[in-house]
This record gives sequence, structure tokens and C-alpha cells, in this order.
Amino acid sequence: MKPISRRKALQLFSSVPVTAAAIVWTSSETEAAQVQAQAARRQAAERGSPFKPKFFTTHEYATVTVLADLIIPRDERSGSASDAGVPEFMDFMMIDQPVRQTGMRGGLAFIDHICDARFDKPFIECTDDERKQVLDDLAYTGKVDSAFAHGAAFFSSFRDLTASGFWTSKMGIEDLQYLGNRPVAEWKGCPSEALEHLGVKYEGE
Amino acid sequence: MQIIREPKVYDVCIVGSGAGGGMAAKVLTEAGAEVALLEAGTMWDTEKDSMMFAWPYDSPRRGAATPEKPFGEFDGCIGGWDIDGEPYTNAPGTTFDWFRARMLGGRTNHWGRISLRFGPDDFKRRSIDGLGDDWPITYDDLKPYYDKLDQLVGIFGSMENLPNEPDGIFLPPPKPRCYELLVKQACDRLAITCIPSRLSILTRPFNGRHACHYCGQCGRGCQVHANFSSPSVLLPPALGTGRLRIISNAMAREVTTNENGLATGISYVNTQDKREYHVRARIVVLAASACESARLLLNSKSSRFPNGLANASDTVGRYLTDSTGLTVRGYVPKMANGVPHNEDGVGGMHLYMPWWLDNKKLDFPRGYHIELGAGGRRGVPSFGFMGNIERYNGVGGYGKTLKNDYRKFWGSVVSFSGRGEMVANDDSYCEIDPSVVDKYGIPVLRFHWKWSDYEIKQAKHMQDTFREIIQELGGAPLEAMPARDQHYGLLNGGRIIHEVGATRMGDDPKTSVLNKNCQAHEVKNLFVADGGPFVSNADKNVTWTILALAMRTSEYIAQERSRLSI
Repeated sequence: MKPISRRKALQLFSSVPVTAAAIVWTSSETEAAQVQAQAARRQAAERGSPFKPKFFTTHEYATVTVLADLIIPRDERSGSASDAGVPEFMDFMMIDQPVRQTGMRGGLAFIDHICDARFDKPFIECTDDERKQVLDDLAYTGKVDSAFAHGAAFFSSFRDLTASGFWTSKMGIEDLQYLGNRPVAEWKGCPSEALEHLGVKYEGE
Repeated sequence: MQIIREPKVYDVCIVGSGAGGGMAAKVLTEAGAEVALLEAGTMWDTEKDSMMFAWPYDSPRRGAATPEKPFGEFDGCIGGWDIDGEPYTNAPGTTFDWFRARMLGGRTNHWGRISLRFGPDDFKRRSIDGLGDDWPITYDDLKPYYDKLDQLVGIFGSMENLPNEPDGIFLPPPKPRCYELLVKQACDRLAITCIPSRLSILTRPFNGRHACHYCGQCGRGCQVHANFSSPSVLLPPALGTGRLRIISNAMAREVTTNENGLATGISYVNTQDKREYHVRARIVVLAASACESARLLLNSKSSRFPNGLANASDTVGRYLTDSTGLTVRGYVPKMANGVPHNEDGVGGMHLYMPWWLDNKKLDFPRGYHIELGAGGRRGVPSFGFMGNIERYNGVGGYGKTLKNDYRKFWGSVVSFSGRGEMVANDDSYCEIDPSVVDKYGIPVLRFHWKWSDYEIKQAKHMQDTFREIIQELGGAPLEAMPARDQHYGLLNGGRIIHEVGATRMGDDPKTSVLNKNCQAHEVKNLFVADGGPFVSNADKNVTWTILALAMRTSEYIAQERSRLSI
């Protein structure tokens, strides 16, 4: 057995402040800590080479890319799902959560099956109009013909995964104008525009 | 293989390094005791290992759950309801989900920091409504320890003078977020008490620890120790005495005893080399979590203790309760198209609703408090972001309209979670499974669970109330109310992770495991310092009371030790 020695345990806690002196946390210190934590993770991410899917076949990966971009297209505020790396993210998740694999593979096949039956070609070879005809049959809750119920269920979960991938990307978070995940020296509550939007105010203000 | 026995005899061996074990280690080492602290999981250092400030895109899985991080990969707690190689079983027809942490500090690494004192009534419920049992101690017995705890750990809150919601010694609470003010407006109109939350997060520098920097990520573990966890607050001073030895990866198998019926130490399996070791100690303190401590006692059988250690009363494993819990979410149109600003705040709600009604006028005996969920604030996006968008915009869809809907509806959903008191019942308990062992060869627990009418009616009241608040906000619930046969959405036992009881205290050795000092009736050098000793649960989270009770128990041990009476 190698129990951790007291010396080693103390090292683990060596930077814990144990004095009674009050420590004021300045914003420059918190920023330094944040920058340090980010840098290590960015370096790890940058070591990657061109992407090769580990789960999807080439055909599936092309289908995923087209489908994700139809769900979240480029607009005036930000890029598309594939611009934000959603297909790569989906490929990772299929390996990371294998329980998703059959549903994903089967769902993509189901969409190709609809396209084969209707247009005699797979989804990725369809025109924009043809693709939209198919999605219009699957994407709108409450308006789905029972013949397409399985395709609609797949589409809903694919849409969720697309949203997860897009809105957690750097591009997506900037698009949302999320302003947190940073140190704040003093919590002052919400700004007046936000309070006015909801018709509320702080007591005594 | 031979058991590896250490020659050293410690004054105290503590099993578990979470709230109770951390507190025992601090108090006892500072009182001069040489302490061995066993932790079944790994060492973990918040300063290096916490994912504080990580962006979702720093990881390819974008914060999704992993087998050992069911609350998401950035969460600060290693463990879960299912741990590979460490099963537990459920009696046919019943379900209890058992959450276990496997790391230094246990569940204190990611808990909600909701730090509520039990009130005077919570110690004498039987005297009030005839159900369950009274504690052998009162609020007044525990109050000095709650006070010391507030001053040691740091907690924010507001002085309210509410009945049965004792005020503490508080740091100033953070201002509410704007959507929380909106909820408070609605609650005021409905006469539901809505006050600043009481969380053990520092809004001012305190006892040498930094103040909070409001990133909202307490659950990931705070790199600057601005919130409470056992390794941030309790273990450093214990280590500083030079009298604490932490033994990690040590899965306790049993409490060993001698011919006089006294505890002699703990035998444990080293989870790395799979060999068996024995730590000797004059006093044993179990703080492995309510059910793990019960399991240890039940597995510590000998000719003198054929029913398990300290179990002549046959009550080890009994009187197990969890908080009741369910959540209702609602879309509030007024909150759509919110004004971008940093709403992170502290890692949790800034306002909450303590129990505000009189059960004498209701059809269920015990209350609940309401926690305000994170939905209304636009926190850092993570895996699962706005799943099932069709519930927000009514249609789902795709393309530019859908993309705009995500922007519009983000932060427009409020959620209310009820956390209520369950009355202990004869059908909810744990015992040793007759045939199943874990990968270390240690017999596992089998759970029995039943919600009674009390909890089911309380759940219905939660549903009605939360829907009423959502309506008052001008919103609409995202889901229909589950039916009676689904217990109105009441989550499985164990899901709220407030399980207590199983080694309850009491004055009568025939109906309790421990006396009023949390000392085993039958084994005077054996104590329990986790949630096990609780006689009843409350409409409050349990950690603050585990900490106060562990402090009281440990001071008792130190005092009796100096008198040489243990």
C-alpha cells in the first residue's frame, strides 16, 4: 500500500490560505487565473490534425453535415452548424455515448429511405427543395403524418444534438451574447435595462 | 493473502472524508488526537483539478455526463448512482437510487451549498403530529454548534425571524437576479414567503479565504475555496496540526472488535492493489454516509455481534429517509428576448422559499421548501442546451426561424424544485443483500422503498403550487402534471441525495443504534458522524445539520477522551 504521506498531503493543500488575514480578491488576479486555465486547454485542442470521423461513414458524415446546416444555417449574426464544428462534435458523441449509435445510424438510413422512395436518390443528392420537402414532413410537432413518426422522432433528437453542438461552440456562445464565465470582483445585481425589461426593481432603488 | 497490519495505534480512525468525516478530523486533531482518515475514493485537489472557468468547447463532449460524472464532466464530484463494480440491489417492486461519491471530500465537492439549520420543531415532530419520533436532543442543544459552524465556514443569508427557520450568523446575501425579483413579485402576491437563500459561499473574505468571484460554478469545485467543501475548509487545518493521516483508495470492509466488545479499528481493501489492510485505533468514527455506515455495521458480524455491530435493536438500516423532490418548469413570455448581461452570480439561487404554511390545515403532515432553478438565468451553455425546443416554440422546426427561436427563448424558462420532508416508515430501509457482493468481495446493500400517502399528497401540493406561481408569472408549464399513479412526478427515493437515518440516535437502546451523543449504545468507543444519526428528516437540506452534529459528537469524544472515559 502507498498511503499518501502527511508531507505529500500537506503539499496538496500547501497553497490553501490558513492565516487569519483578510484576502481581497482583485479582478486582475482572477483574470490571471482564468487566462492560465484557458491556455492549457486551448493548447490541447490546437494539437489536432484534419478531422476523420470515427463513427460515421463518409456518406453518413456528409448527410449529417447537410442536415445540421439545414437546422442551424448561417445568418447575419453567425455561421452554420458545420461552421461551428457540429458534425465533428456529433461523431465524438457517438463514440462517447454508444447508446446513441443505433438511433443515429438508423435515423439517417430512414431519411435516405424516404428520399429513395420519393426522389429515387439519397438525401445528399437531393436538391434544396427536395430536402426541404422531406424536413417539412418531419420537423413540425403536431403536423407529422403517422407514416413519418419514426423519422420525426429521429429529427427531434438530431435537432437537439445539433443545438447542443452549435450553442456550446465559441461561435454559438458569442452569438448568444453570453457575458459570464468570468471573475467579477463585486456582484452588483442586474443592470437597469434588464430590470426594466421585466418590470422589476431593487428595494430602495 | 495475509492482512497487512500497521503497528501504529491511532487515537481515532474516521471512515469518510466528507462533511461529517472532515469535521471530525478537524475537531479531533485540533484536540490533540492522532487521526487516520480513510477515504474510499481518490485524492482530488480543487486548485488543480477543478474545471472552474472551462468553456464547454474546451472539451469535445461539451460538458455532457460521463459514467463517473452524472452531473456533467465539469462537475466537481466523482461518483454517481451507478459505480462500476460496486452494485447495490433493490427489493422486488421497490426503487431506491443510491448516490455515492468516491473522492476526497465526498459529496461536499459539488453539493448545492444550501445551508439551512433545522428548526426547533424539526427535533420534536412526534410531539407535534404524532408521527415518527422525537430526537433525543433539541434545537437548543445544537444551536451553539450551528453558531460555531457559521463562524467557521461562512454563510450568507438574511435575518428574517421566521418560525422554525432559525437565522444564523450571516454574511450579506448577494442581490437577487432580475428574474428572481420577478418570481418574488409573484410569490408576494400569492403570500408565499420568498427570501434570500442561505448558502455557504463567501460574499466577503472570511477566515483567510477569498470572497466569491461570482462565476456561478460552485458545483465544479472552487479553485479559490470561496465556498464550503470539506477539503477546502476542514481538512487543511486538520493537516496543519501534523496529526492527520489521510489514506485514500481505502474501501472499508468492517469495524474490527475485541473480546471486550470494543472497536479496535477498521479493516479495509486498498482499491489499487486489492489487498486487505487493518488500521488500529482506540476510537472509531463512521462518517461514510448514512447507508455506507449502516452497511459497515451490518457487515461487522462476530460471535458477540451476530446481527452486525451495534445492532441488537435490529434498527441499523431502518428509518431511512430522503427528501421528497420534483421540479416543474414553465415558459414565461415576459422573460423572452432578455437583455444580455452577466447573470452568473453565486453557484445557486439568490432567493428561495422556505416552508410557509401550517400543516395542521393541510392534508399532509410535513412541509417542503422551494428552490429556484437555473433556467431563468442565462448561464454558460452546456450539453443539452434547450433540448426539446418544440416545448418552447410549440412547433420545433428548422432553419433561420428555429435559430432565432433559440435566441429568443433562451433564459425564458423558470423552474421550481420542491424539497420536502418524508416521514420515516417501516417499508423504507436497507439491509445486506443475501447473495450479492461488490468487486472487493464486500456484501452489498439491498434497499426497500415506499412513498406513503403523506409524501404523495405533499407532491400534489408542490405541483399545484408551482403551477400557480408559473401562472402568476404570466407563463405556462412546459409539461402536464403527472398523474396520481406516477406520484405526481415525485422522483425516486435517493434522487435528492439527502438520505439520512439508518443508524438513528435515541434514548432507548431497544429502538435506536446511537445515544444522544451519537455513540453506539452497545460499543462505547464507536461513533457515527454522518447523516445516519438523524431521527427524522426536515423540509431543509441536511448538510448543515450533519456538520453541526459531527462537531458536537467530535467535541464530546475529545472531552470524554481527556477524561479517559472512552
